[in-house]
Amino acid sequence: MSLSASRPQPAAPWPPSSRRPVTGDRAAARAVLGDAEVGRVLARIAHEILERTSGDLDRLVLLGIPTRGVSLARRLGALCERFEGRPVRVGSLDVTMYRDDLALRGVRALAATDLPVDGIDGDTVVLVDDVLFSGRTVRAALEALNDVGRPREVQLAVLVDRGHRELPIRADYVGKNLPTSLSETVHVLLTEHDDRDAVLLGPAAFGGPDPTGPAA
Amino acid sequence: MNRHLLSAADLTRDDALLVLDTAAELAAVSDRSVKKLPTLRGRTVVNLFYEDSTRTRISFEVAAKRLSADVITFSAKGSSVSKGESLKDTALTLQAIGADAVVCRHHASGAPHTLSRWVEGSVVNAGDGTHEHPTQALLDAYTMRARTGRLEGLRVAIVGDVLHSRVARSNVLLLATLGAEVTLVSPPTLLPLGVDAWPAETSYDLDAVLPKTDVVMMLRVQRERMGAAYFPSEREYARRYGLDAARMAALPDEAIVMHPGPMNRGMEIAAEVADSVRSTIVDQVANGVSVRMAVLYLLLAGGQTADQGRGGAA
Amino acid sequence: MSWVLQGVSILGGPPTDVLVDGGVIAEIGAGLRGEQTLDAAGLVALPGLVDLHTHLREPGREDAETVETGTAAAALGGFTAVHAMANTDPVADTAGVVEQVFHLGRAAGHCDVAPVGAVTVGLRGTALAELGAMATSAARVRVFSDDGVCVSDAGLMRRALEYVKAFDGVVAQHAEEPSLTVGAQLHEGVVSAQLGLAGWPAVAEEAIIARDCLLAGHVGSRLHICHVSTAGSVELIRFAKARGIDVTAEVTPHHLLLTDASATGYDPVFKVNPPLRTRADVDAVRAGLADGTIDAVATDHAPHATEDKETEWAAARPGMLGLQTALPIVAGLGLAWSVIAERMSSAPARIGRLPGHGRPIAVGEPANLCLFDPAATWTVDGHALASRAHNTPYEGMTMTGAVVATFLRGEPTVLDGKLT
Repeated sequence: MSLSASRPQPAAPWPPSSRRPVTGDRAAARAVLGDAEVGRVLARIAHEILERTSGDLDRLVLLGIPTRGVSLARRLGALCERFEGRPVRVGSLDVTMYRDDLALRGVRALAATDLPVDGIDGDTVVLVDDVLFSGRTVRAALEALNDVGRPREVQLAVLVDRGHRELPIRADYVGKNLPTSLSETVHVLLTEHDDRDAVLLGPAAFGGPDPTGPAA
Repeated sequence: MNRHLLSAADLTRDDALLVLDTAAELAAVSDRSVKKLPTLRGRTVVNLFYEDSTRTRISFEVAAKRLSADVITFSAKGSSVSKGESLKDTALTLQAIGADAVVCRHHASGAPHTLSRWVEGSVVNAGDGTHEHPTQALLDAYTMRARTGRLEGLRVAIVGDVLHSRVARSNVLLLATLGAEVTLVSPPTLLPLGVDAWPAETSYDLDAVLPKTDVVMMLRVQRERMGAAYFPSEREYARRYGLDAARMAALPDEAIVMHPGPMNRGMEIAAEVADSVRSTIVDQVANGVSVRMAVLYLLLAGGQTADQGRGGAA
Repeated sequence: MSWVLQGVSILGGPPTDVLVDGGVIAEIGAGLRGEQTLDAAGLVALPGLVDLHTHLREPGREDAETVETGTAAAALGGFTAVHAMANTDPVADTAGVVEQVFHLGRAAGHCDVAPVGAVTVGLRGTALAELGAMATSAARVRVFSDDGVCVSDAGLMRRALEYVKAFDGVVAQHAEEPSLTVGAQLHEGVVSAQLGLAGWPAVAEEAIIARDCLLAGHVGSRLHICHVSTAGSVELIRFAKARGIDVTAEVTPHHLLLTDASATGYDPVFKVNPPLRTRADVDAVRAGLADGTIDAVATDHAPHATEDKETEWAAARPGMLGLQTALPIVAGLGLAWSVIAERMSSAPARIGRLPGHGRPIAVGEPANLCLFDPAATWTVDGHALASRAHNTPYEGMTMTGAVVATFLRGEPTVLDGKLT
């Protein structure tokens, strides 16, 4: 077979590595959020989530969208627990099989879907992702969610909203609204995967091909 | 550009591991109440079965349906293929209806290769004559990894009619790619001449091999071989190459017993062995669906549809 | 009409003129004149090639080949005589059928057609056909063969070998012990094991060759072995010849060139009987051809209709086209032109008892000639070949050397690489 036949075209690692190669001209990329700011922003989102859900932590589930959304969901979960003194359920939801752009961008390795043991029926699910762009990933996530349960309410938290939506989707919690042009690339770095926490904005070429691409 | 799965040799180590890892994630879908993924919505998968094989056909059918593909099953019985329509004409028909994948089971070795020259969709070999059965090898490797936790260095004995076994050929190739150590155990009449070129050891002595084995895979003995002087009698075969409780006791404690099915209980495998806790035979069937979902996903999801391919779209 | 072949090289010798007149070679020398002149500078003259083993498929499978199209292919390949194998439908096992084929050959006029008679009735291997009637028919049959199947019954083979002595005939054996080749698809070895195709073991050929050589020695008969394909067969024939047994043997161009590795894509164009063998076998049959253990090259030209080849391997019929590619392949083996003339013309004509063929290129001899350009190159295109079928295993291959002209009894059947 050649799985290779349908792989993303040259230079992209296969299976797509979760570690983003930042090999390009880093001088051209501008840090729009640094270490400290990422932490502050997440703390604010955690507070907002607690406020919106009125502290009903038993009914709250944070579901990260792989790869970096899962790390962000874990951090938010830890922050909520610190603020309220009680654990919050955190999981992951792989949306690969629900994407509408596989034919365009090639197949990718699947990531784990990891739901709370008692399911999500009747819960408030907060989907967590790093960058909100076209909205297609979130659309896929909503469809995936539909197949695994029936939450009472679904909300969306993102670290960065870079605009250019292609679907009627908006985030409930936004770390930073970042006006960008379509030719620019946004990279979220997290210490779980990368050498530091940061959000970088650069020209399209920087940092190699963006695994989450323009349709993310 | 190769877009087919015709032989286990088509898979690199990375490809094979990607299939197994993908299958592991997809296995969870089978536990959900909604067992369906939308991934192959609008794609057409044709099951082209020139040979009866209910379990393989159903396994592919379920796999394709769980990925939301449209599934059409052509069985040799009751369709034009049994009326002498040539493979070529059938291929042209499949091409005309826009099959994105053709899952082909055929009594002639190489038929899926031949078919792959005539259709634009992906061809998946679901067992061809005495040649190969690559998805069976993938599900066997998946089962071994799930039960023993590893493949690298795993000692696997494949026992029985290697000469006529497509399961053995695919397993030898795939397991060698994945770093397992394979020993083929068979009466000399049922080992192919030329087997020395395979990446496997051979032995005529099952009892000598069993104590050094982590996985023992029993091959089905076809009844029709018995008339052809490959061995004197069923009883002698069972005595020398059958896996009974006494032989199973000679295996290391953690060793597992596999069989691709359907079994001849009392011939190559004793009923008490087939039903023992070491037996993975039921797992193999369940894992077959996940592995075939993974293969269909990896071959089809990234590619174009057959219509786009014909239209020459980029 | 008289022809002057100007500046031709006879068997690779210095350029000279050859005058062909009245169906014979009238004169050889410099500055000859005739009614027609052919500029033959750079061309090698060989005696017209003789094929001991051609399947013309008529009667019965005229959709695959006819006497007309098959002999056209023969002429284009440099042949002036072919032996038409008996496995037609009906089988050429009576005087009536062999005479029909003979007359069809005459009518086509591209080359002489010497029908081969079946050894046994219907190729069934149980009762001798009327060999004497075929021998004394207008077709003057001298070669008898059940080719396609082996005369496997030792007693029957012995009787056949003895019986044909009465009219100086020869039995050409398709050496294949049938109990060792049940369902066989491909040479038994590494490739057949990998492809899961039932093996056709070398020993199935060798066992019959050994047996038949001993039988021929025992009864003092002539024996010819068709399409020798294994190293062991070459050794056995060498041994038999050393013992004084009157055995001759042929090898096909495909067994001189291709190996079983060609089968790895399951393309049935490479399916043939006996099957393509290993590199070691190819080396051995080449050596046997060079040292004369193997007497002749024979094409085993076997046209098959598309539907018999565009199918799964096991369902495909065995055989491949060979007439138009034989000489370039043999010329590429590095043999002297005199050896090529012996193996492709003189020896097969002797074995088949064709008196007018395979003669030296000398004054007074019949003007059966093949003019070959050893430097020309061409690409094989199955659809451009003269055969009705297209099953050439050399599709897309570049051949070095091309037949430019063929003369049959002084008249050109091919000029400038085209039928006249």
